[in-house]
Amino acid sequence: MNTKQAFLKSFASIKTSLPIMIGILLLVNLLGPFLEKNASNIFTGNLFFDPLIGALMGSISFGIPITSFIVGGELLSQGVSLVAVTAFVLAWSTVGVAMLPLEIVNLGRKFAITRNLICFVFAIVIAVLTVGTLNLINYL
Amino acid sequence: MISFRMMKNSYKFLLVVLIIYCVVGLFNFSLACAGVQNTGVVLIKIFPTILLILFITFLVNRYLEVDKIVKYLGKDSGKKGLFYSIISGILISGPPYILFPLLKDLKKKGMKKSLIAVFLYNRNVKIPFLPLIIYYFGPTFTVIFSGYIVLFSILNGFLVEYFLRKRNV
Repeated sequence: MNTKQAFLKSFASIKTSLPIMIGILLLVNLLGPFLEKNASNIFTGNLFFDPLIGALMGSISFGIPITSFIVGGELLSQGVSLVAVTAFVLAWSTVGVAMLPLEIVNLGRKFAITRNLICFVFAIVIAVLTVGTLNLINYL
Repeated sequence: MISFRMMKNSYKFLLVVLIIYCVVGLFNFSLACAGVQNTGVVLIKIFPTILLILFITFLVNRYLEVDKIVKYLGKDSGKKGLFYSIISGILISGPPYILFPLLKDLKKKGMKKSLIAVFLYNRNVKIPFLPLIIYYFGPTFTVIFSGYIVLFSILNGFLVEYFLRKRNV
Protein backbone atom coordinates (compact mmCIF):
# COMPACT_ATOMS: atom_id res chain seq x y z
CA MET A 1 0.00 0.00 0.00
CA ASN A 2 1.49 3.39 -0.97
CA THR A 3 1.52 6.47 1.26
CA LYS A 4 -1.58 8.09 -0.27
CA GLN A 5 -3.63 4.89 -0.13
CA ALA A 6 -2.54 4.26 3.46
CA PHE A 7 -3.52 7.80 4.49
CA LEU A 8 -6.91 7.68 2.75
CA LYS A 9 -7.69 4.29 4.31
CA SER A 10 -6.72 5.48 7.79
CA PHE A 11 -8.71 8.70 7.38
CA ALA A 12 -11.80 6.79 6.18
CA SER A 13 -11.55 4.52 9.21
CA ILE A 14 -11.51 7.46 11.65
CA LYS A 15 -14.21 9.29 9.66
CA THR A 16 -16.62 6.35 10.02
CA SER A 17 -16.17 6.30 13.78
CA LEU A 18 -16.39 10.06 14.32
CA PRO A 19 -20.23 10.53 14.27
CA ILE A 20 -20.70 7.62 16.74
CA MET A 21 -17.86 8.96 18.89
CA ILE A 22 -19.54 12.41 19.07
CA GLY A 23 -22.97 10.82 19.67
CA ILE A 24 -21.66 8.69 22.52
CA LEU A 25 -19.90 11.65 24.13
CA LEU A 26 -23.11 13.71 23.90
CA LEU A 27 -25.13 10.89 25.54
CA VAL A 28 -22.56 10.35 28.25
CA ASN A 29 -22.42 14.03 29.10
CA LEU A 30 -26.20 14.10 29.34
CA LEU A 31 -26.51 11.03 31.60
CA GLY A 32 -23.16 11.13 33.44
CA PRO A 33 -23.96 13.84 36.04
CA PHE A 34 -27.21 12.08 36.97
CA LEU A 35 -25.48 8.71 37.48
CA GLU A 36 -22.61 10.19 39.50
CA LYS A 37 -25.00 12.14 41.75
CA ASN A 38 -27.23 9.17 42.54
CA ALA A 39 -24.68 6.34 42.71
CA SER A 40 -24.41 6.25 46.51
CA ASN A 41 -28.22 6.03 46.96
CA ILE A 42 -28.47 2.89 44.85
CA PHE A 43 -26.27 0.61 47.02
CA THR A 44 -28.18 -1.26 49.71
CA GLY A 45 -25.38 -2.62 51.91
CA ASN A 46 -26.20 -6.20 50.88
CA LEU A 47 -22.93 -8.11 50.37
CA PHE A 48 -24.42 -10.27 47.63
CA PHE A 49 -26.27 -7.63 45.61
CA ASP A 50 -23.90 -4.68 46.04
CA PRO A 51 -21.12 -6.04 43.75
CA LEU A 52 -23.82 -6.85 41.17
CA ILE A 53 -25.27 -3.35 41.48
CA GLY A 54 -21.72 -1.94 41.35
CA ALA A 55 -20.98 -3.83 38.12
CA LEU A 56 -24.32 -2.77 36.61
CA MET A 57 -23.72 0.87 37.54
CA GLY A 58 -20.19 0.75 36.20
CA SER A 59 -21.37 -0.84 32.95
CA ILE A 60 -23.75 1.97 32.11
CA SER A 61 -21.41 4.70 33.33
CA PHE A 62 -18.84 6.16 31.07
CA GLY A 63 -16.00 8.60 31.26
CA ILE A 64 -12.25 8.65 31.40
CA PRO A 65 -11.10 5.82 33.73
CA ILE A 66 -9.55 8.32 36.14
CA THR A 67 -13.08 9.58 36.92
CA SER A 68 -14.15 6.06 37.94
CA PHE A 69 -11.46 5.97 40.64
CA ILE A 70 -12.48 9.39 41.94
CA VAL A 71 -16.18 8.41 42.01
CA GLY A 72 -15.17 5.04 43.54
CA GLY A 73 -13.14 6.80 46.23
CA GLU A 74 -16.13 9.03 47.04
CA LEU A 75 -18.44 6.00 47.24
CA LEU A 76 -16.02 4.34 49.66
CA SER A 77 -16.02 7.41 51.88
CA GLN A 78 -19.85 7.31 51.85
CA GLY A 79 -19.75 3.78 53.29
CA VAL A 80 -20.25 1.66 50.17
CA SER A 81 -18.41 -1.68 50.48
CA LEU A 82 -14.98 -2.11 48.84
CA VAL A 83 -16.14 -5.12 46.83
CA ALA A 84 -19.03 -3.10 45.33
CA VAL A 85 -16.75 -0.16 44.57
CA THR A 86 -14.14 -2.45 42.96
CA ALA A 87 -16.81 -4.04 40.74
CA PHE A 88 -18.07 -0.56 39.87
CA VAL A 89 -14.60 0.78 38.97
CA LEU A 90 -13.69 -2.27 36.90
CA ALA A 91 -17.00 -2.45 35.04
CA TRP A 92 -16.74 1.28 34.32
CA SER A 93 -13.63 0.75 32.24
CA THR A 94 -14.09 -2.80 30.91
CA VAL A 95 -17.81 -2.97 30.08
CA GLY A 96 -18.95 -0.34 27.65
CA VAL A 97 -22.71 -0.32 27.18
CA ALA A 98 -22.45 3.22 25.83
CA MET A 99 -19.59 2.13 23.58
CA LEU A 100 -21.38 -0.96 22.26
CA PRO A 101 -22.62 0.61 18.98
CA LEU A 102 -19.08 1.69 18.11
CA GLU A 103 -17.54 -1.63 19.13
CA ILE A 104 -20.14 -3.48 17.03
CA VAL A 105 -19.44 -1.30 13.98
CA ASN A 106 -15.69 -1.89 14.25
CA LEU A 107 -15.25 -5.37 15.68
CA GLY A 108 -18.52 -7.15 15.00
CA ARG A 109 -21.74 -7.75 16.94
CA LYS A 110 -20.94 -11.19 18.37
CA PHE A 111 -17.43 -10.21 19.41
CA ALA A 112 -18.64 -7.03 21.14
CA ILE A 113 -21.54 -8.68 22.99
CA THR A 114 -19.50 -11.75 24.03
CA ARG A 115 -16.59 -9.63 25.24
CA ASN A 116 -18.79 -7.24 27.22
CA LEU A 117 -20.73 -10.06 28.88
CA ILE A 118 -17.49 -11.78 29.94
CA CYS A 119 -16.11 -8.46 31.21
CA PHE A 120 -19.28 -7.91 33.26
CA VAL A 121 -18.95 -11.29 34.98
CA PHE A 122 -15.20 -10.74 35.47
CA ALA A 123 -15.82 -7.36 37.13
CA ILE A 124 -17.72 -9.14 39.92
CA VAL A 125 -15.29 -12.10 40.11
CA ILE A 126 -12.19 -9.87 40.23
CA ALA A 127 -13.83 -7.59 42.82
CA VAL A 128 -14.55 -10.57 45.10
CA LEU A 129 -11.06 -12.05 44.55
CA THR A 130 -9.26 -8.72 45.06
CA VAL A 131 -11.07 -7.92 48.31
CA GLY A 132 -10.78 -11.56 49.45
CA THR A 133 -7.01 -11.58 48.80
CA LEU A 134 -6.64 -8.21 50.49
CA ASN A 135 -8.49 -9.45 53.58
CA LEU A 136 -6.38 -12.60 53.63
CA ILE A 137 -3.14 -10.58 53.46
CA ASN A 138 -4.36 -8.27 56.23
CA TYR A 139 -5.36 -11.30 58.32
CA LEU A 140 -1.93 -12.91 57.93
CA MET B 1 -32.24 15.88 0.53
CA ILE B 2 -30.83 12.66 2.02
CA SER B 3 -33.50 10.39 3.50
CA PHE B 4 -33.02 8.78 6.94
CA ARG B 5 -33.04 5.30 5.40
CA MET B 6 -30.17 6.13 3.06
CA MET B 7 -27.99 7.54 5.82
CA LYS B 8 -25.06 5.55 7.20
CA ASN B 9 -25.78 3.92 10.58
CA SER B 10 -23.18 6.10 12.30
CA TYR B 11 -24.95 9.29 11.11
CA LYS B 12 -28.35 7.85 12.04
CA PHE B 13 -27.05 7.28 15.57
CA LEU B 14 -25.76 10.86 15.83
CA LEU B 15 -29.07 12.21 14.51
CA VAL B 16 -31.06 10.24 17.10
CA VAL B 17 -28.82 11.59 19.88
CA LEU B 18 -29.32 15.14 18.57
CA ILE B 19 -33.11 14.61 18.60
CA ILE B 20 -32.85 13.38 22.24
CA TYR B 21 -30.91 16.57 23.02
CA CYS B 22 -33.61 18.73 21.40
CA VAL B 23 -36.32 17.01 23.48
CA VAL B 24 -34.28 17.33 26.70
CA GLY B 25 -33.50 20.96 25.80
CA LEU B 26 -37.22 21.75 25.61
CA PHE B 27 -37.66 20.69 29.26
CA ASN B 28 -34.24 21.53 30.70
CA PHE B 29 -32.28 23.86 28.47
CA SER B 30 -29.33 24.31 30.85
CA LEU B 31 -28.80 20.51 31.12
CA ALA B 32 -28.69 20.14 27.33
CA CYS B 33 -26.37 23.16 27.04
CA ALA B 34 -24.02 21.75 29.69
CA GLY B 35 -23.98 18.41 27.84
CA VAL B 36 -23.01 20.06 24.54
CA GLN B 37 -20.42 22.23 26.27
CA ASN B 38 -18.81 19.28 28.10
CA THR B 39 -18.77 17.25 24.88
CA GLY B 40 -16.95 20.12 23.17
CA VAL B 41 -14.39 20.25 25.97
CA VAL B 42 -13.79 16.47 25.76
CA LEU B 43 -13.50 16.59 21.96
CA ILE B 44 -10.89 19.35 22.16
CA LYS B 45 -9.02 17.36 24.82
CA ILE B 46 -8.99 14.13 22.81
CA PHE B 47 -8.22 15.79 19.46
CA PRO B 48 -4.43 15.25 19.78
CA THR B 49 -5.09 11.59 20.65
CA ILE B 50 -7.32 11.23 17.57
CA LEU B 51 -4.47 12.63 15.46
CA LEU B 52 -2.03 10.23 17.13
CA ILE B 53 -4.30 7.26 16.43
CA LEU B 54 -4.72 8.46 12.82
CA PHE B 55 -0.94 8.52 12.55
CA ILE B 56 -0.53 5.05 14.11
CA THR B 57 -3.27 3.66 11.83
CA PHE B 58 -1.47 5.23 8.88
CA LEU B 59 1.83 3.62 9.94
CA VAL B 60 0.09 0.25 10.39
CA ASN B 61 -1.50 0.49 6.93
CA ARG B 62 1.64 1.80 5.26
CA TYR B 63 4.41 -0.29 6.80
CA LEU B 64 2.96 -3.27 8.64
CA GLU B 65 2.61 -6.12 6.22
CA VAL B 66 -0.11 -8.72 6.72
CA ASP B 67 2.45 -11.50 7.26
CA LYS B 68 4.07 -9.56 10.13
CA ILE B 69 0.74 -9.04 11.91
CA VAL B 70 -0.08 -12.71 11.43
CA LYS B 71 3.36 -13.66 12.76
CA TYR B 72 3.19 -11.50 15.92
CA LEU B 73 -0.56 -11.33 16.60
CA GLY B 74 -2.11 -13.99 14.37
CA LYS B 75 -3.39 -17.47 15.18
CA ASP B 76 0.10 -19.00 15.41
CA SER B 77 1.62 -16.15 17.45
CA GLY B 78 1.42 -18.21 20.67
CA LYS B 79 2.84 -16.85 23.92
CA LYS B 80 4.67 -14.02 22.15
CA GLY B 81 1.39 -12.71 20.73
CA LEU B 82 -0.15 -12.82 24.18
CA PHE B 83 2.83 -10.96 25.64
CA TYR B 84 2.71 -8.23 22.94
CA SER B 85 -1.04 -7.77 23.45
CA ILE B 86 -0.69 -7.41 27.22
CA ILE B 87 2.21 -4.94 26.99
CA SER B 88 0.62 -2.86 24.22
CA GLY B 89 -2.71 -2.82 26.11
CA ILE B 90 -0.97 -1.42 29.18
CA LEU B 91 1.23 1.07 27.32
CA ILE B 92 -1.08 2.42 24.59
CA SER B 93 -3.41 5.01 26.06
CA GLY B 94 -6.58 6.45 24.64
CA PRO B 95 -10.28 5.84 25.03
CA PRO B 96 -11.75 2.72 23.38
CA TYR B 97 -13.76 4.71 20.82
CA ILE B 98 -10.49 5.98 19.41
CA LEU B 99 -8.78 2.58 19.50
CA PHE B 100 -11.61 0.56 17.87
CA PRO B 101 -10.86 1.75 14.30
CA LEU B 102 -7.19 0.81 14.77
CA LEU B 103 -8.14 -2.64 16.09
CA LYS B 104 -10.56 -3.06 13.19
CA ASP B 105 -7.66 -2.55 10.77
CA LEU B 106 -5.43 -4.95 12.72
CA LYS B 107 -8.23 -7.53 12.76
CA LYS B 108 -8.61 -7.24 8.99
CA LYS B 109 -4.88 -7.84 8.68
CA GLY B 110 -5.12 -11.03 10.73
CA MET B 111 -4.95 -10.13 14.44
CA LYS B 112 -6.56 -12.85 16.56
CA LYS B 113 -9.88 -11.93 18.21
CA SER B 114 -8.66 -13.31 21.52
CA LEU B 115 -5.66 -10.97 21.42
CA ILE B 116 -7.94 -7.98 20.70
CA ALA B 117 -9.87 -8.92 23.86
CA VAL B 118 -6.60 -9.27 25.82
CA PHE B 119 -5.42 -5.88 24.53
CA LEU B 120 -8.69 -4.15 25.47
CA TYR B 121 -8.77 -5.67 28.96
CA ASN B 122 -5.22 -4.60 29.78
CA ARG B 123 -6.10 -0.98 29.03
CA ASN B 124 -7.28 -0.94 32.64
CA VAL B 125 -3.76 -1.22 34.01
CA LYS B 126 -2.75 2.36 33.42
CA ILE B 127 0.66 3.31 34.79
CA PRO B 128 -0.13 7.07 34.99
CA PHE B 129 -3.24 6.32 37.10
CA LEU B 130 -1.42 4.17 39.64
CA PRO B 131 -0.68 7.04 42.08
CA LEU B 132 -4.37 7.95 42.13
CA ILE B 133 -5.49 4.34 42.72
CA ILE B 134 -2.91 4.03 45.51
CA TYR B 135 -4.19 7.30 47.00
CA TYR B 136 -7.80 6.08 47.15
CA PHE B 137 -7.38 2.32 47.67
CA GLY B 138 -3.86 1.76 49.03
CA PRO B 139 -0.74 0.13 47.51
CA THR B 140 -1.63 -3.49 48.40
CA PHE B 141 -5.05 -3.20 46.78
CA THR B 142 -3.48 -1.62 43.67
CA VAL B 143 -0.95 -4.45 43.23
CA ILE B 144 -3.57 -7.20 43.75
CA PHE B 145 -6.14 -5.44 41.53
CA SER B 146 -3.65 -4.87 38.67
CA GLY B 147 -2.34 -8.44 38.94
CA TYR B 148 -5.83 -9.91 38.65
CA ILE B 149 -6.61 -7.69 35.64
CA VAL B 150 -3.56 -9.00 33.74
CA LEU B 151 -4.33 -12.59 34.76
CA PHE B 152 -8.00 -12.38 33.83
CA SER B 153 -7.20 -10.64 30.53
CA ILE B 154 -5.67 -13.92 29.36
CA LEU B 155 -8.74 -15.85 30.47
CA ASN B 156 -10.90 -13.19 28.81
CA GLY B 157 -9.12 -13.68 25.48
CA PHE B 158 -9.42 -17.44 25.77
CA LEU B 159 -13.16 -17.31 26.54
CA VAL B 160 -13.93 -14.78 23.78
CA GLU B 161 -12.16 -17.03 21.25
CA TYR B 162 -13.90 -20.13 22.65
CA PHE B 163 -17.43 -18.70 22.49
CA LEU B 164 -16.93 -17.16 19.05
CA ARG B 165 -15.53 -20.42 17.71
CA LYS B 166 -18.48 -22.26 19.22
CA ARG B 167 -20.78 -19.97 17.25
CA ASN B 168 -18.52 -20.31 14.18
CA VAL B 169 -17.77 -16.57 13.96
